[in-house]
Amino acid sequence: MVETYQRRSALAHLGLVARAAGSSRERAGIIMSEVPHRTIVNIRGMASDPAFSSAVQTATGLPLPEAANAVSSAGVWQILWLGPNEWWITGPDGEADSLIEALRANFAGQHAAACDVSESRAIIRLKGPKARDVLMRGVSLDLHPRAFRVGQCAQTGLSRANALLHLVDDAPTFEIYVLKSFSDYLWRWLETVARDFGLAVEA
Amino acid sequence: MSQVNRLPHGGRIDRSKPLRFVFDGRAYDGYQGDTLASALLANGIVLVGRSFKYHRPRGILSAGAEEPNALIQLGQGARSEPNIRATQIELYDGLIAESQNRWPSLTTDFGAVNSLFHRVFPSGFYYKTFMWPKSFWMKYEHFIRRMAGLGKCPTEPDPDRYDKLHAHADALIVGAGPAGLAAALAAGRAGARVILVDEQQEMGGSLLSDRHAAIDGKPGAQWVADALAELRSMPEVTLLPRTVAFAYYDHNLVSLMERVTDHLSPTSPEALSQPRQRLWRVRAKDVILATGAIERPMVYADNDRPGCMLASAAQTYVNRYGAAPGKRAVIMANNDSAYQVALDLVDAGVSVAAIVDVRESADGELAAAARARGIDILVNHAIVSVAGKLAVREVEVRRMAGDGKSVTSDGRTISCDMVLSSGGWQPSVHLFSQSRGKLTWNQDILAFVPDRLLPGQNNHSVGAARGVFSLSGCLVDGHAAGTAAATAAGYTQSAGNTPVANAQPAHGPMRALWLVSSTAPLGHKAKHFIDYQNDVTAADVALAHREGYRSVEHLKRYTTMGMATDQGKTSNVNALAMMADLRGISVPEVGTTTFRPPYTPVTIGAFSGIDKGDFLDPIRKTPLHSWHEQHGAPFETVGQWHRAWYYPKPGETMHDAVNREVKAVRTSVGIVDASTLGKIDIQGPDAAWFLNMVYTNAWTKLEPGRCRYGLMLGEDGMVMDDGVTSRITENHFHMTTTTGGAARVMAWLEDWLQCEWPDKKVYLTSVTEQWAVLGISGPMARKLLSEVAPDMALDDQSFPHLSFRDGVVAGVKCRVYRITFTGEATYEINMAPSYAMHVWRALMQAGEKYGITPYGTEAMHVLRAEKGFIIVGQETDGTTTPQDLGMDWIVSKQKPDFLGKRSLQRADTKRPDRKHLVGLLTEDPNEVLPEGAQIVAELKDKPPMEMVGHVTSSYYSPNCGRSIAMALVRNGRNRMGETLHLPYEGKVVKAKVTEPKFYDPEGARING
Repeated sequence: MVETYQRRSALAHLGLVARAAGSSRERAGIIMSEVPHRTIVNIRGMASDPAFSSAVQTATGLPLPEAANAVSSAGVWQILWLGPNEWWITGPDGEADSLIEALRANFAGQHAAACDVSESRAIIRLKGPKARDVLMRGVSLDLHPRAFRVGQCAQTGLSRANALLHLVDDAPTFEIYVLKSFSDYLWRWLETVARDFGLAVEA
Repeated sequence: MSQVNRLPHGGRIDRSKPLRFVFDGRAYDGYQGDTLASALLANGIVLVGRSFKYHRPRGILSAGAEEPNALIQLGQGARSEPNIRATQIELYDGLIAESQNRWPSLTTDFGAVNSLFHRVFPSGFYYKTFMWPKSFWMKYEHFIRRMAGLGKCPTEPDPDRYDKLHAHADALIVGAGPAGLAAALAAGRAGARVILVDEQQEMGGSLLSDRHAAIDGKPGAQWVADALAELRSMPEVTLLPRTVAFAYYDHNLVSLMERVTDHLSPTSPEALSQPRQRLWRVRAKDVILATGAIERPMVYADNDRPGCMLASAAQTYVNRYGAAPGKRAVIMANNDSAYQVALDLVDAGVSVAAIVDVRESADGELAAAARARGIDILVNHAIVSVAGKLAVREVEVRRMAGDGKSVTSDGRTISCDMVLSSGGWQPSVHLFSQSRGKLTWNQDILAFVPDRLLPGQNNHSVGAARGVFSLSGCLVDGHAAGTAAATAAGYTQSAGNTPVANAQPAHGPMRALWLVSSTAPLGHKAKHFIDYQNDVTAADVALAHREGYRSVEHLKRYTTMGMATDQGKTSNVNALAMMADLRGISVPEVGTTTFRPPYTPVTIGAFSGIDKGDFLDPIRKTPLHSWHEQHGAPFETVGQWHRAWYYPKPGETMHDAVNREVKAVRTSVGIVDASTLGKIDIQGPDAAWFLNMVYTNAWTKLEPGRCRYGLMLGEDGMVMDDGVTSRITENHFHMTTTTGGAARVMAWLEDWLQCEWPDKKVYLTSVTEQWAVLGISGPMARKLLSEVAPDMALDDQSFPHLSFRDGVVAGVKCRVYRITFTGEATYEINMAPSYAMHVWRALMQAGEKYGITPYGTEAMHVLRAEKGFIIVGQETDGTTTPQDLGMDWIVSKQKPDFLGKRSLQRADTKRPDRKHLVGLLTEDPNEVLPEGAQIVAELKDKPPMEMVGHVTSSYYSPNCGRSIAMALVRNGRNRMGETLHLPYEGKVVKAKVTEPKFYDPEGARING
């Protein structure tokens, strides 16, 4: 197989590693970085069907979140609620094939689907005390810590792209999943907004 | 002399910070805290502009957002902005302002000649005069456009930047006067998230101009300062001064415009380091409207002379800004509030010559106080004329006849330099009305007040905004609303006590007198202005009445009353009430106009924020975008995608480059980035059934590993999309769609599954971007692939046309589809986008010896047109059936149903002479027809000619050595061999109708 160094992340053309080296994180209100590769498996099924949720739990070790915008997580694995019958299972790079195989085996006889979408999304990480100030310029959802809590996710419009926001911790750190084709636009848009709040880039 | 009318002390201006500004080329002094209006008045400047239609000299009417007269051209060059209200411009050092609508100067204005001819500019003048002869309209318009408008737009791009954001609140409180502050304190103390906005630079509202108010034992201004300090200490409270709530939309969405740096010199570092203005979109659980009330001017003869002002405005200038609007005032009123103004003026050393009270008596507490101060009070009197063109010189007052509709001969003249009037107060119900709340008329205060709320909206009008004018009433209202908003949002902490106001003088009843009579008939000698900004007079309202424009909507449009940038804040009620008098009915029977956003004008830049230029619309880029860029490709926009259009070599024109690319595919091998194709993963036991329903052809028998082309119709039987779909396993398919149709198709398919076929077991997932797609096409494609994918069996037996195989290409796991859009042997290599650049480079390197040629969308279009392959949206336009395209072969006759099937049975869709897709070959092989060119069968020497169709695609085909075109032509399939005519650009081109296939019609090249 081809060497991994020949693999390019969605934002590789922006030279973020070099920029990070010259970027001071001291006093930065916002730290932006790209999370280069991550397994994302889209699953569809009926949450009301115990066979389905136990199939998912068996394959991932994680409970299937049933509440809207909830995330269940353990270590490097998460299940993000996308809709009443749709979730993402996210985890370390390169696990999609084996995960899908396990899921499909467990789904036998059910109406359920698993589909690899790992490569379709870029992930932009936005971290720092001013992260909400940046996002509220493009997101109409209420991001107040009481309204959008750590460990929640939401699919929404972010400026003029569709994105999924996942609030990872109370730094706060947001992971923003966006279609790769929009990632260049979204990175530049976020960066432009973030400059007013003190921006640093992290590798 | 500097600041001749600045009072020796008092006001909230900072006398330790003098500022210099320029008005109409002359320098003046003012203080920090002044508005342009207060600074001009302090300098004795009362003439500040010319009116819209008659070019009448105008002064400052108000001290706030309602100002109709004092509209200023502010700033210079690219930052110049027209029609800004001087009453809302905060003074800064170096401010440059100019008056508008005058030439050559404010005091000598040639346009004022319009005033002499006012009889030829009546209401409805445009409709009556300029509509005939019809052919002259363009000439008239040119003239009107030059005359109309007040200020001038800058011609250069806006150099400032703007910000916009979304915010949420438990309570959005609009207006920081006593009611708004009380509401904010209550809600904030209870723990609610509060946004408090006020359009002025300083919060406090009426308390800033009130010398007598005391709350909780403190002077009003001190209570304001303490309240603001407490609110600032609350982390969940946001205070936004200099912010106007200008629009109220559905479900409590309110738009705010914050003037971030407008009070600073635009080139100061502080201004340049911030956005100029900020647009807020606030979704609030509750909106508390503490917007106050606006005083109405009285409608008397020549009530627009500079020096004519609202009584409360004069009070504000004196108390808040320490600036006297003049030396000697005459006050006319129909209520008691003007008496307080008189007392404040006298206290400040400004003389009040008389109070002309149109009521029959004035016996209240305040009137007694005025009498005690020696102010002359003339009850049942009216001002019948105002002398002085560029500034008020004197007024004539007369005793009124019993009914108030005429005046007696009993009267005198009084010299003065200001005429202050108060016709009562209209609550600022603009936002309530925008929220679609209904208003009701309150006869006690002669004003519209909020009545019923539209379900789904949640707001509370408090204090003067609902007609409660007493200070203690405002505080009680505000506190209750703030407490209720917090409680409803689930906050249970104490909201504290209701603030308590000191005793205020009681106000007696008002008199409804909507038109103050003069000595001459209405419309003669003098003008009674109702709408100052649009120059609408009482005579215009009377004319509208005479000509039958009596409903409020007709009145408004006929006279243009209320249509200017001030939206009739001081004029609407006066006009309505006058119409009610003329019709002999009550004001509410005439109705009220609907208030629409914006409350005050908003800069367009604030709406776009940073979303201009590159951010106006996102550009979607493929994983190979940077390669295309580096190789000089211009991009074609397809939806939001940018696709490489062609790759010019040095010195090549587009035509050269496209010809080279097209030839390379036919002779060797080309490579194309097809990553933008829409892709949908379809899984479930009913997947094949589903495809059978959404495509016209049959899918159940497609074997795993095989691919099939499908045509998708709308319910109307018209072609909607097309693409190749492959069966991965029994219950798993991979669909492709057109690039531009991907999102629409996905939504369409989900719609059918969720709404029409919920019992069918099918799940869809968009995988458009999960796969990058590199197409290699041409006679050398197979050889090339075999070199980079040595482990894949590529012979026609193992890997036939219309099938796919998984394999390793250039070391990368790929799925390779053998499908073609060029007619050549083609492999569409699908892989993870993160490896696309690697595979592309590997193919370029390995293909070098074959002269591998990257080709763009233009060459792709030529190649497919040579083969007669359609592009949905180019050969189709939403009125094209499969039969029209000559694709009846793909429409199943066996399937019981598919989307669009029934529509294909309609008489019209079955007509044999519909527009058919045909080929066109021009007589001159070098003539390339323009796409969209109209086709005629019977040529005449000039239009009209009957058009029988149009060209849908047209190119020069290097492989055919001539131009080729496709066209939709009526009855086209029955015209084979016929010569048709295409008249365009002053010539007529002849073309022969052919089959729409120009190259390799037998399809022999598909296997390389």
